[in-house]
Amino acid sequence: MNCRSEVLEVSVEGRQVEEAMLAVLHTVLLHRSTGKFHYKKEGTYSIGTVGTQDVDCDFIDFTYVRVSSDELDRALRKDALRNSGGDGLGQMSLEFYQKKKSRWPFSDECIPWEVWTVKVHVVALATEQERQICREKVGEKLCEKVINIVEVMNRHEYLPKMPMQSEVDNVFDTGLRDVQPYLYKISFQITDALGTSVTTTMRRLIKDTLAL
Amino acid sequence: METDINSQDRKDLDKFIKFFALKTVQVIVQARLGEKICTRSSSSPTGSDWFNLAIKDIPEVTHEAKKALAGQLPAIGRSMCVEISLKTSEGDSMELEIWCLEMNEKCDKEIKISYTVYNRLSLLLKSLLAITRVTPAYRLSRKQGHEYVILYRIYFGEVQLNGLGEGFQTVRVGTVGTPMGTITLSCAYRINLAFMSTRQFERTPPIMGIIIDHFVDRPYPSSSPMHPCNYRTTGEDTGVTYPSVEDSQEVCTTSFSTSPPSQCVFTVTKAHFQTPTPVVTDTLRVPMAGLAFSHQLSSSRLSYQPAALGVGSADLAYPVVFAAGLNTTHPHQLMVPGKEGGVPLAPNQPAHGAQADQERLATYTPSDGAHCAATPSSEDTETVSNSSEGRASPHDVLETIFARKVGAFVNKPINQVTLTSLDIPFAMFAPKNLELEDADPMVNPPDSPDTESPLQGSLHSDGSSGGSSGNTHDDFVMIDFKPAFSKDDILPMDLGTFYREFQNPPQLSSLSIDIGAQSMAEDLDSLPEKLAVHEKNVREFDAFVETLQ
Repeated sequence: MNCRSEVLEVSVEGRQVEEAMLAVLHTVLLHRSTGKFHYKKEGTYSIGTVGTQDVDCDFIDFTYVRVSSDELDRALRKDALRNSGGDGLGQMSLEFYQKKKSRWPFSDECIPWEVWTVKVHVVALATEQERQICREKVGEKLCEKVINIVEVMNRHEYLPKMPMQSEVDNVFDTGLRDVQPYLYKISFQITDALGTSVTTTMRRLIKDTLAL
Repeated sequence: METDINSQDRKDLDKFIKFFALKTVQVIVQARLGEKICTRSSSSPTGSDWFNLAIKDIPEVTHEAKKALAGQLPAIGRSMCVEISLKTSEGDSMELEIWCLEMNEKCDKEIKISYTVYNRLSLLLKSLLAITRVTPAYRLSRKQGHEYVILYRIYFGEVQLNGLGEGFQTVRVGTVGTPMGTITLSCAYRINLAFMSTRQFERTPPIMGIIIDHFVDRPYPSSSPMHPCNYRTTGEDTGVTYPSVEDSQEVCTTSFSTSPPSQCVFTVTKAHFQTPTPVVTDTLRVPMAGLAFSHQLSSSRLSYQPAALGVGSADLAYPVVFAAGLNTTHPHQLMVPGKEGGVPLAPNQPAHGAQADQERLATYTPSDGAHCAATPSSEDTETVSNSSEGRASPHDVLETIFARKVGAFVNKPINQVTLTSLDIPFAMFAPKNLELEDADPMVNPPDSPDTESPLQGSLHSDGSSGGSSGNTHDDFVMIDFKPAFSKDDILPMDLGTFYREFQNPPQLSSLSIDIGAQSMAEDLDSLPEKLAVHEKNVREFDAFVETLQ
């Protein structure tokens, strides 16, 4: 199956990294989260309500909308923090996947169906004036990124089918109390050597597939 | 086209589109309220949350939207538009964005109404939530307040983009295909916010720039009134009670099944919708700081004139003005001399007066032809302080002084002021009026009076000569001395010159026995009037004295 892949690039100052990451992550997850499913008899289900809230960035002139779920926010912050700090080029991947049950002894497959890659280029600024300009510029850039994200989301391309009750955990992350995002994982690379990343990915793929 | 869709689906689709339109308007208007929006997620489905999104319904906004729709739905050629505009406190307005919900002919007949269309509409609303925060109007709306407000207007029909100025940009929020057509949600927004006038929306330099076609008339008059993007409870309104969303009793689809949905009661909580900003009215808003200040300045000017006339001495007049006529909200501004159209200096501090007088001295002494380190001021002193003879002269001199200091403040000749009461500080530095010198007997005293000190004698005796420095002091040779801590004689008034000139204070004209009988008589005649004026201004004198303490 083809995995849809989108790449976004941003140049930010060091202290803006976390907020820029979170802005992108939350905007994507806003579109990729639903309310909690409540299955009823006869194979029907109802969906809970997703609340939203505005978040003002402290270091960027930007406001983004996120799902009102503190659990999700905490999980994302934990991931985003890993990549913050340090100069140079960093890359974060947000991957939406489906689990495919395999027979024993093979473990479940994780099949990505959408990958968002955010390349972050961290710059160091010397003066306060440059920082002020950077605040505005990065804000404008993030506005463009949100528009890009929305454009992709509204292509209405492949989405996993709504699962039966027994399979809901293969499609959605049901661990959160108030919302239900599609299964996702976040990975980082703080390197600019492409070779290293390919090797790591291959190694991981082989490991996951064989699980020996 | 319509035969492919069954009646139930058609009904559902119409319902979805109707509520989608209402929710779209709510999202857009709420995003322009100027504050952060926060709604809670709920794991248990409620029948009232359309599209599984917690979007509060502001009754007024729903009412306006329904009024605009008038029972119709967005269809081909009939779009629902939400216009967001900005209105300044001066009453100027400008369109910022037009959000359009349109339907085109492209149909998707295979799509499932109750599931796919519904979920895609939900996704589109989420996209709308995200996009409403990234257009330029969002940042403007977050900063609305006293200087400007954001207004909204809903209309149905043809999209009118002319008010957005040149080079407006469009962003497409998303599309949802249905068997009846494709629903498209987009936004056209102004990017050029340049002003031609000096008015600005923000005190800080705006990110977006300023508006250039600010004063262009709209080609199409608004068919519906503008509304402010602020929410007030129905109680605060003009008495019109907007019905709460009665359609909430029409339950939205939350369960994707064939079983009938259950009824729910919908309650509006106004936790987030206090009155953030004042309601826009047609009256002029509270003026900005500058306008308020100029208003106060004019009133202070009016109050200054009588004070000046009555008091007749500058050192008393200025503080009086400041104490009595002023708006205390701008004390700092008003104490800044010379910047605001003739606000006078406060000469109750000698330094200021000295500086001001320095300027005058610098200006006038060249005309005398005698700018020297010795005491040119002695002549001035005599001119100013001794001439009580010609009314015109001291008044002219005084006027000159005042004109320079206060600009438009004083026009009337200050008849009541004589030089005897001309206790302006550093009167000796007042410009010497050459025309008056000859007429002024004080300038040319007939005799050397018996003065107490030889210095004073020398002053009077030499007053006649026009600015020759050497004649000033016959008895005493003035050596150019350099007092401690003084700079070189570069400035017209330096410490050394100051010392020298203050060594020879002007003689009070009333003490001078050279005053002719005529002037004495005139003095005596004018005394009652002067006294009356002084008595009238006793309060101001007292206020001045208090300021000194």
